[in-house]
Amino acid sequence: MSTSQMVMYDEEFQEINAVIERLLKDSNSKVIFLVDKNGQLISGVGETERFDTTSLASLTAGNIAATGGLAKLIGEKEFSILFHEGEKDNLHISIVGGRVILVVLFDNRSSLGLVRLRVKKSSEELSTIFEKLMKKSEEQAKSGNSSFPFAEITDDDIDNLFS
Amino acid sequence: MSFINYASREINCKIVYYGPGLCGKTTNLQHVYSKTAPEAKGKMISLATETERTLFFDFLPLALGEIRGFKTRFHLYTVPGQVFYDASRKLILKGVDGIVFVADSQEERMDANVESLENLRHNLKEQGYDLDKLPYVVQYNKRDLPNAVSVDELRKELNPTNVPDFEACASTGEGVFETLKAVAKLILVDLKKGK
Repeated sequence: MSTSQMVMYDEEFQEINAVIERLLKDSNSKVIFLVDKNGQLISGVGETERFDTTSLASLTAGNIAATGGLAKLIGEKEFSILFHEGEKDNLHISIVGGRVILVVLFDNRSSLGLVRLRVKKSSEELSTIFEKLMKKSEEQAKSGNSSFPFAEITDDDIDNLFS
Repeated sequence: MSFINYASREINCKIVYYGPGLCGKTTNLQHVYSKTAPEAKGKMISLATETERTLFFDFLPLALGEIRGFKTRFHLYTVPGQVFYDASRKLILKGVDGIVFVADSQEERMDANVESLENLRHNLKEQGYDLDKLPYVVQYNKRDLPNAVSVDELRKELNPTNVPDFEACASTGEGVFETLKAVAKLILVDLKKGK
């Protein structure tokens, strides 16, 4: 397989949320999302209930994938930052640690400069956490640790989902 | 790749509907959307042209229920079928967990089916996947049309590896859920093996 499976544990989840909560305050933004490059929402803080987070995650990943394709066409590795300016709200989208997408939604109470500055600092912290997470899940996979809940499921469990 | 979140106790998987232009991939998703209870589905997103042809992808999130305390979610995507959208198709295959190949049963679309299937294999390979190792099912769509080729013939051309296959008529919904269930089940069985 081309990429390893993404696994999230409680400990790292708390750490990640602490970083993006702080970023939310420091950058004076409205909502922050973390999305996996495949379009799965990892976490979100701020006024998340106002948004369709699942759709947002999928479209963000599509957006990053499309601009990544464009980048390759002109000989760039990727475009690591995207900025979308609206009448009221703006989106700052950046790639963290090569595999996760950080989405910051902000309005005129903040500014692009401030968001960029704060995102840069938080990205480094997030990269470290995700690196740790990747190592941890690789080790778990190698050791054949069966804390994985699906190891014991039965055919009946699966059939029940569709009943 | 599926995403397992121990913190929120969720498992997310990605299913991609592949096939030639106008074979009924979007129609499959539309039927699933219309027949699923509101609490089990999210918004369906279609990035389409003004003439309703898929431009980038359709997306439909589904929550199937719980297995051993884990919420099981499936994200359904379609690719744009038209030949010249190949760059977009490659992007959507990223991180795929299971594939539905939707074939158009009409005789005149046979070449398009074969070409699309070859394209699927090729694009997967480029990303380091092997179709024969992925959860994969085939759907023969448009069985209701008078010019439909026999299933035996379709099977010979499009399903030489004998994966689970289904007859369907996506516009009326026949066979749509059978196809989805089959691929979802294969994905879960794969997860169980700890791949």
